[in-house]
Amino acid sequence: MDPLIFNIQKFSTHDGDGVRTTIFFKGCPLRCRWCHNPESQSYQKEMVLYRHKCTACGACVAKCPHHANALVDGELIFDRSKCVACGICVDWCATEAREIAGKEYTVKELVKEAKKDQMFYEQSGGGVTLSGGEVMAMKNMDFVEDLCRQLHREGISVFIDTSGFAPYENFERLLPYVDVFLYDIKRIDREDHLEYIGVDNTMILENLIKLSEAGAGLYIRIPVVGGINAKPQCMMKMINFLKHNHINARQINLLPYHDIGKNKYAGLDRTYDEQGAMLIPENDEMESYKAMFEQHGFHNVKIGG
Amino acid sequence: MSCCCDVDTSFNVNTPEGLLKDNDRGCTERIKRLRRISHSTQPHLDLERAKIETDVYHKYEGSVSTPVLRALVLKEYFSKKTLYLGEDELLVGEKGKDPQCSPTFPELCCHTLEDMRVMNDRKLVNFTVTEDDMKLQEEYIIPYWKDRAVREHLLKAMTQEWRDCYEVGMFTEFMEQRGPGHTAGGKQFYSKGYLDFKAEIEEAIKNLDYFNDPDAYDKEQELRAMSIDCDAVIILGQRYHDLALEKAAECTDPVRKAELEQIAANCAVVPAHKPETYWQALQMYWFTHLGVTLELNPWDAFTPGRLDQHLIPFYEKDTEAGILDDTRALELLECLWVKLFNSPAPVKVGVTLKESGTYVDFANINSGGVKEDGSDGVNAVSYLILDCMEDMRQNQPNSNVQISKKTPEKFLRRACEIARQGWGQPAFYNTDELIQELLLAGKSMVDARNSGCSGCVETGAWGTEAYWLTGYLNIPKCLQLALYDGYDVMFEKQIGPHTGKAEDFKSYDELWNAFKTQLEYIIDVKMRGNLVIEKIYAEMMPAPFLSICTDDCIKKGKDYNAGGARYNTSYIQGVGIGTISDCLSAIKFNVFDHQKFTMAELLRAMEDDFEGHNAIYNLVHNKTPKYGNDDDYADDIMKTVFDEYKDYITGRPNIRGGQYHVDMLPTTCHVYFGDVMIASPNGRKAHKPLSEGISPEKGADTNGPTAVIKSCSKMDHCATGGTLLNQKFTPAALAGDEGISNLAALIRSYFAMDGHHIQFNVVDAETLREAQRKPDEYKELIVRVAGYSDYFRNLDEKLQGEIIERTEQNFA
Repeated sequence: MDPLIFNIQKFSTHDGDGVRTTIFFKGCPLRCRWCHNPESQSYQKEMVLYRHKCTACGACVAKCPHHANALVDGELIFDRSKCVACGICVDWCATEAREIAGKEYTVKELVKEAKKDQMFYEQSGGGVTLSGGEVMAMKNMDFVEDLCRQLHREGISVFIDTSGFAPYENFERLLPYVDVFLYDIKRIDREDHLEYIGVDNTMILENLIKLSEAGAGLYIRIPVVGGINAKPQCMMKMINFLKHNHINARQINLLPYHDIGKNKYAGLDRTYDEQGAMLIPENDEMESYKAMFEQHGFHNVKIGG
Repeated sequence: MSCCCDVDTSFNVNTPEGLLKDNDRGCTERIKRLRRISHSTQPHLDLERAKIETDVYHKYEGSVSTPVLRALVLKEYFSKKTLYLGEDELLVGEKGKDPQCSPTFPELCCHTLEDMRVMNDRKLVNFTVTEDDMKLQEEYIIPYWKDRAVREHLLKAMTQEWRDCYEVGMFTEFMEQRGPGHTAGGKQFYSKGYLDFKAEIEEAIKNLDYFNDPDAYDKEQELRAMSIDCDAVIILGQRYHDLALEKAAECTDPVRKAELEQIAANCAVVPAHKPETYWQALQMYWFTHLGVTLELNPWDAFTPGRLDQHLIPFYEKDTEAGILDDTRALELLECLWVKLFNSPAPVKVGVTLKESGTYVDFANINSGGVKEDGSDGVNAVSYLILDCMEDMRQNQPNSNVQISKKTPEKFLRRACEIARQGWGQPAFYNTDELIQELLLAGKSMVDARNSGCSGCVETGAWGTEAYWLTGYLNIPKCLQLALYDGYDVMFEKQIGPHTGKAEDFKSYDELWNAFKTQLEYIIDVKMRGNLVIEKIYAEMMPAPFLSICTDDCIKKGKDYNAGGARYNTSYIQGVGIGTISDCLSAIKFNVFDHQKFTMAELLRAMEDDFEGHNAIYNLVHNKTPKYGNDDDYADDIMKTVFDEYKDYITGRPNIRGGQYHVDMLPTTCHVYFGDVMIASPNGRKAHKPLSEGISPEKGADTNGPTAVIKSCSKMDHCATGGTLLNQKFTPAALAGDEGISNLAALIRSYFAMDGHHIQFNVVDAETLREAQRKPDEYKELIVRVAGYSDYFRNLDEKLQGEIIERTEQNFA
């Protein structure tokens, strides 16, 4: 199965250098508690229903061939189990309350879309960023490799935003075409990683060491989440890891957590896990972590992407 | 996986606290005082010019030729007008008796008493009128001018078809209340004084060939008029010289006394002789500005144009000689900024008021660009002008930058820094594209390199070209006519030719042909009127003073208004390209390609303003390819419409020996044009504004700024005389050094694709809504409207609403 794309964002200015187009791949093996793109997790197409926009006009009830919608006492009832995400109702929803997350593209179509902004990449030192979801864990890595190769051939810089949770072979085959990996580190402790992110981080850390040894371009990106890893000891462990393994990072980005994605969960009939009471770190706190990295010899630290 | 993007809200301009400080702007205490006077004085009307003009007409009309009569008016006004020399001033001369004073031009359009009451009482920018002036107008001015004003001749000369189209808002007419010409100063008067011009004129008279040239006598009259106008401005200079000396004699403060003596010394040199210093060069420009803008009332305030190029030799000479430093150079520039702000545009009435609901007079200064030899034009004065605009934060003059591929990044970034502050200036013009436009229209390379954008975005070869904008044309309303067999459903009147009922159209091509027929008909009606109007101006209202400083009027012995300039161009400005593209796309996509509904259903929905037609509204509004998203389906339609409009107009002759071309800009006319239309096929509701410039329809662009820029660049800008693209950003989007880099990259990219102009509004909608609710707290809030900036509080509610709604390019 070819990967699904859930968004193509032009003039993306926080996912690497210059002006970029970010292509978001759908599907991710991780379950970060703070994930603000819940629609990026499933590998399947999904109907997103923005209930606050719905006026219960009933247009979708009439159009849905699978009877997934019903009006009961003037209220819209949506039965997700019947929905096959065909998208017919989306066209007829007059209030734009419906959207299908996930769309098929061929490599050719994606390259064409990416090339539209080539002038901007060239003027700004930008390019294309593949993000997700987890690009590196797509089932069809031939698709990803082909896309990277073709973009590279067009003279377009390719960055990949990754959690690192994928077999190293997947990375290796892309090395000739990828300029920079925007490589996430969330926690160094294995147990904590398992708890908050849902997977073991051994492979993630090993891959990072291998990539660094292979001379891959690396920007280390650390999401700083209050209640999860926004603690000096967590930061210290990351610093030690990077130093100990001589990770050659061109840039380190400390990304303050935000909860803007919180409301997206309702659209997928999911609840946002607020148990951990994740907190938005204050500016001072971010500055103090930046200072920590600097004290230990990292002079390419930036708050924000 | 995580992608915590950076949401920066720390960068926030235009907070009320920030704005209140604006009362105290300027690089020195002197400028702060001058600026405060300029900004706090109530605009008022002044009939001194009208009175003197009417006296002159009583005395001389019928006994001298028309050009000479016109010159005598200026000479008499400059000989008798009340002079103003304010405390602190370093540059001298006002259009009327004092700052914020607007003279009237009854020879062009004679205000009725009702007009005067309206301007006195209006809620927006009002102009006070004294009871004495009211009486003078009633008893002296109106009786003489009511049937003689150009406006009366012009309207009488128009056909019934023209009048019908005009009344229902198919087009507007630029020369109904103001004189022609997008006036902008060239370089002539920095190397010559008016005595030098006079000598040239006398020489030209001597060389007239009465034996072989049947126009020799006409030329002589025109040249005599120019000669009288040289005297006029020299007299004004002499009077200021005397007044400054008088004031110096009375002055007890030694510092001010020396300044007054220097002002007197400057006025002994200029305007009679060429300027010798930076200070004199500015004074020379200002005297010339007064001559041009008081002779007639031409469009665009005779901007100093490429001011950095004109001033740099003086700046270099004076700094070398040690008589000028950057502080003084900046202060003198700021004095000019005050002078330009002191002069509101003369008051208009009726439709023209709606068309341009503002009293900014568009003096558009262009910094940067290239020099005559093609090398980079950025110099020390260019940076001083940027400092000055940042310091003064005024909507007038309209100070902007020209960016060529040779422009250093440092200059572009500095300009971006100011643009990011969110008050609308500078706008960015593409030098390399301007030059292509002008070469394509037949100008020489040197004249093209001396060019710039005046008014909003209109390209002209400054000092050598008379380029006239003649009026806006409502392109989307041509489609409305085509959908109803030429009938205007709002005004219940047959306006266009019969092109058949839309319900009977079998294909998109049939619809297109009907639209094309309507468009061509409207252009023809407009153009026929234009040619008559141009003739009326050429014969009734010569502009001999403006002719002195426009090449080659002296050489040809011909007036600026009659084809005397080296190049003579006329423009019809197309409005609503975004709206029309989306309308045609909505019909093509939904009615013909996918049969989602019928034409009859669509028309019914439009007539009901889409009330009760949610499904159709949703399809046309939300589910149709739209211009502004880098989607060829809609963008190809835009190209076809633009090409049709351009090809039908470009190259047709005007009466001055030049040609017609097109511009794509609206000023504020897209609001008026939308107001005279029912709902349109793209979901735009009745009376709502059309799209502005070449920007996409409001809310139609959902793919970010790069997609907008790509769509816009699919138009052949080089085949126009100017296009306008407005992009609104929230402050967060442009924060930090990277924000500047991204802005600069957007500009460079657009310009590499031959985009003509781009401007930025960096405010958030909430700030604007707040400003609308509490205008008093946001007095200083300037927004760029459409090619110029104005105080938000001066705009009417509709225009305010339109700015608030304009797509926010938010990509945090």
